[in-house]
Amino acid sequence: MKKQINLTIDETPLSVDEGTTIMEAAETLGIYIPRLCYHPDLSLAGSCRVCIVEVKGMGYYMTACSVAVWEGMEVQTNSPAIRRARRDIVELLLDNHPKDCQTCERDGNCELQNLAYSMGVRERLFEGERKQFPIEDSSHSVVRNAEKCILCGRCVRVCAEIQGVYNLSQHGRGFHTVVGPAHLADMDDSVCIQCGQCINVCPTAAFLEKSSTEDVWKALADPELHVVVQTAPSIRAAIGEGFGMAPGTPATGKMIAALRLLGFDAVFDTDFGADLTIVEEAHEFLTRLDGAAPLPMITSCSPGWINFLEKFYPELIPHASTCKSPMSMLSTLAKTYYAEKQGIDPAKIYMVAVMPCVAKKHESRRPEHDMPNGMPYTDAVLTTRELIWMIQCYGINMSTLPDGEFDAPLGLASGAGDIFGTTGGVMEATLRAASELVTGKPADRLEFTEVRAVEGLRETFVAIGERNIHVGVANGLTNAKVLLDKVIAHPDAFHVIEVMACPGGCIGGGGQPYPPRGVKVLDPELLRKRASALYAIDRGKKLRKSYENPAVEEVYSAFLGGPGSQRAHELLHTHYHARLPRGVR
Amino acid sequence: MSTTTDNWEEVRATARRVLGDEIVACIDECNRGGEPHSRLIGVLHRIQSRHGYLAPAHLDAVAQLMQIPAAKVAGVASFYHFFRLEPRGRFMINVCLGTACYVKGADRVAQKLMDELGIQFGETSTDGVFTLEGCRCIGTCGLAPVLTVDDDVHARVTPDQVPIILEQYLRKARQESPE
Repeated sequence: MKKQINLTIDETPLSVDEGTTIMEAAETLGIYIPRLCYHPDLSLAGSCRVCIVEVKGMGYYMTACSVAVWEGMEVQTNSPAIRRARRDIVELLLDNHPKDCQTCERDGNCELQNLAYSMGVRERLFEGERKQFPIEDSSHSVVRNAEKCILCGRCVRVCAEIQGVYNLSQHGRGFHTVVGPAHLADMDDSVCIQCGQCINVCPTAAFLEKSSTEDVWKALADPELHVVVQTAPSIRAAIGEGFGMAPGTPATGKMIAALRLLGFDAVFDTDFGADLTIVEEAHEFLTRLDGAAPLPMITSCSPGWINFLEKFYPELIPHASTCKSPMSMLSTLAKTYYAEKQGIDPAKIYMVAVMPCVAKKHESRRPEHDMPNGMPYTDAVLTTRELIWMIQCYGINMSTLPDGEFDAPLGLASGAGDIFGTTGGVMEATLRAASELVTGKPADRLEFTEVRAVEGLRETFVAIGERNIHVGVANGLTNAKVLLDKVIAHPDAFHVIEVMACPGGCIGGGGQPYPPRGVKVLDPELLRKRASALYAIDRGKKLRKSYENPAVEEVYSAFLGGPGSQRAHELLHTHYHARLPRGVR
Repeated sequence: MSTTTDNWEEVRATARRVLGDEIVACIDECNRGGEPHSRLIGVLHRIQSRHGYLAPAHLDAVAQLMQIPAAKVAGVASFYHFFRLEPRGRFMINVCLGTACYVKGADRVAQKLMDELGIQFGETSTDGVFTLEGCRCIGTCGLAPVLTVDDDVHARVTPDQVPIILEQYLRKARQESPE
């Protein structure tokens, strides 16, 4: 047991473990000290000074986030002087911040706005010099608006510490300090992997996704177009949060009903694409086990991870599964198989994908995912946040809608597809399929809880028939680096590895809803709830194996041939190549 | 962080071309010693004294060769006042703006320099001959107001002398490149 430290906070005595910070100690009393630059998963910056408290005997205010308690410490969190000082700090932050809250993307869920309100800032006393920087929107995924930046550094730290990318840094000094990639290059010319975690952790609107909502509204209003939508597994687990539902409430049916009201002509399920990915990927895995291509095979569904692979670990490209992502597989089939079946000109199909991810926007614009005529298979990608906004904008009260159902044929999916949205899901779905393929007998179990890397990194062995498969699972690219460095050092170590760029997998993606007030971004409990929604959906389905999905069987028998067939390779597989600038890993 | 990547030969070749062999040898020495990252500022000083300024290509080459993220290298280079990110002129003019020089009229000397050259502090003349900087005390208050051009010290300068001083160096620059 750790040494106990006795102190008082606002005259209330308490004892806490040695090493506890003032902020953590106050929380045990139910006192939430305001904060801005602090995030429990990131290193301490202590730069915003919003969390200052008074400590008796100290001649200056101390930051509660970074000071550990000591024996006999007497803390005041709410004296008139400290309240005033905190409010002054927030006012000074506001003084060079644009005054455009009403037209800002983050209006209503901006931490600076919330903080100013809760501090009691009711008038603006000073008019400071404004920062003037151009908006940088070269990338398909991430828009950087330095005028809104308050230099808390959370984006710099998430990019370096959680993602291991280190694309962002503070450049220059003083008032002219600006956050951006090296040489303030365009995001597209930097080592950015477009994961969007900078957007997630930004307290203001200094980072945002590149919006596609206008394009989608236009398509929906065009009578010439057959507008089709697909929704990724993790959307149903998070979209309810935008409509006052408790985190972890599965909202599949209501989401489908809302999409129909928005005017989509067909509503498909990316889970179908996931089932197809599993069948192709399991097939690919078996051919790799037979020596056709190098092991370990590394999953390729996460576009942030693929960007990371191409910029940071290009020598491992031969290990990445050549299977397209579920989104791209479904989009491809929508404009080939579905178009043919329905007798619709593929040029008249407008494919919208709702993703938890901003890197999917980048993926959809890769030339590898274009049709032979040069048009993209996926026309627009919306994040969960953008779809929530569109539904609200339309005036739909989603939580009261009767449940809808996905359309045939690309809307039928197994539970294996649902769990794609959380860490270990692709691996679990692959193992469900591979064990049957290898042994020729039904799998003796469906759930492989040992591959659910809730803590970020797992390494385990799974017995499949005679073989003992060495499995690695990672989410968050700093965790992935551990596995990738092992693969380079010990090429024989693993058989199969799942990498998801974002913490927790897609449920923690860069396009997911901002958390409700008082809940921190990427809160493990929030992620666990979202994941539990997906596991509940999986367990509630009769169809839990990708192989048994009749719609997948139908696509193979009527259109593709078989798993790994030539046509499947033409339509459902892709390739990767090393990209510059090369990252430092 | 690994010290080599799959394209190590390419990284070294680029660094030799961009930074020069001498600086690559210096970085190799840093990489061999403990805590190579702590030597970044020293390496940047060397590059600046050899190339006059720190270009993005220099910083990228350092980042790859020292395996320090480019954003960090660029962040360090842009933070410190001493590092120049723009090319500098053939001659560096430093006008002392310390108290003694200021009292003796350094501001008028500085204004004359700006008018003659058509530039502000921190800028380089369009012909590329002069870069103008202001500095605080250079420790020769007895010579106030004082300015330096590279290593030459010009003492008790009046605004009228400014064109004459500039002409000396313009002549030198013309001799070096007669066209």
